[in-house]
Amino acid sequence: MSDFVRVALAVCAKDIRVEHRSRTALISAIAFAALVLVIFNFARDPATASREALAPSVLWITFTFSGVIALNRSFALERENGALDGLLLAPVSRSAIYLGKYLANLAFVFTVEAATLPLFVLFFGVDLGGALGGIVLTAVLATAGFVAVGTIFAAVAVRTRFAELMLPLLVLPFLIPPLIGAVQITTRLLAGRPLSEIAGWFRILALYDLVFVTLCLLLFPSLMDE
Amino acid sequence: MTVPRPASPSASPPLLEAASLERRFGAFRALRGVSLTVRPGECHMVVGPNGAGKTTLLRLLAGLARPTAGSVRLSGAILGRDGESRRGIGLLSHQSHLYDDLTSVENLSFAARLYGSPDPVRRARRALDAVGLGGRADEPVRRLSRGMVQRVAIARSLLHQPILLLLDEPFTGLDPAASAQVAALFAAERNAGRALVLVTHEVHEAWELATHAHVLVRGVWTSSGLREGTLETFLARYREGLHE
Repeated sequence: MSDFVRVALAVCAKDIRVEHRSRTALISAIAFAALVLVIFNFARDPATASREALAPSVLWITFTFSGVIALNRSFALERENGALDGLLLAPVSRSAIYLGKYLANLAFVFTVEAATLPLFVLFFGVDLGGALGGIVLTAVLATAGFVAVGTIFAAVAVRTRFAELMLPLLVLPFLIPPLIGAVQITTRLLAGRPLSEIAGWFRILALYDLVFVTLCLLLFPSLMDE
Repeated sequence: MTVPRPASPSASPPLLEAASLERRFGAFRALRGVSLTVRPGECHMVVGPNGAGKTTLLRLLAGLARPTAGSVRLSGAILGRDGESRRGIGLLSHQSHLYDDLTSVENLSFAARLYGSPDPVRRARRALDAVGLGGRADEPVRRLSRGMVQRVAIARSLLHQPILLLLDEPFTGLDPAASAQVAALFAAERNAGRALVLVTHEVHEAWELATHAHVLVRGVWTSSGLREGTLETFLARYREGLHE
């Protein structure tokens, strides 16, 4: 195994272990997701907006905001006791540190999404049926890009005084493209539309992932310079 | 507390060469033209009032911050962004670099993994034994006292056997017995040919270890060189420097 991968896996395993001990971010993010779904469910006027029309947007808004909560913890734990300096001082590639944080964040956000999806089905009475596989693939593709951008902005925001406030402000504009794509795909999947209608959106999500994961890996070392 | 000093000053080539370091934060100049040459087996004590630039100096020497002007060389190579140039550095800062939810041995074995140690857990346990915390290795850091956390942080900074140790207030929070143990540990490192830069307000402990003494006031050396005379005369010079 190369040093790059070894370091990335060590950082990822450390983050997962820390979260496993505290469970703070995971429980907060899942509770937040449940609350968002409850609020949307009761705030909706059944006479003007059907569940079917609203469901895809609600699902992705819930995923996005609860994901941001999960991402906030990523570098917050490195801020405590100056642990980030300990990481940066190590003779390792800083891109490997980024990759490790990225993989851990992916695990967190996927866990939050996996816990949120059944709640979404429960509150919105949506029959996922044959759309489940497509929605999972959409979640994987959209989350991969969203977490790539979120991880790098979490690293930037943690050095500011109001990191928890800064992260959503920095990251949300960059999430518009994958969010649009994910909502479009989910709408069509739930309506039982043919694959040919959504293939283009899948390609856009995959391209977004490729561009932003690569860019973030390249930019992270420079962003860590004081 | 008396710690033996090396028999003779080292004549080896410099391990660390910091030349005309300057660091600005906006219009504020935290460091102005600070140079420092450290050879193997030397211990450089740096004292100065709060806000003198001591921590900034250590961060520049560690490669955690870039100088606005000047350069830092470690074993002849410019300290840069590439990881290898930082391998020889051990840093003990104001902050412990530890994760509160992990145990001491988990913290140190994670650090050992970053440094490519073949047996990180064994290395971590050995480092904790060296600071007298082998018996508390499996407790989460958040349950340890301030002094114990400081000792775990010291073990972390020594874990990868760095050739240059940068120590910011290493005696903070330690009781007299722990201070003596840690001072003996640093003396052993120095006598083994490693170099130390020790920033401190605890001058009595540091004086025993030091081969060189420097006073930093408002970002410049007001006194710098071999440790000579007594601690009292050094402190008198230090106080004079504050009013210049």
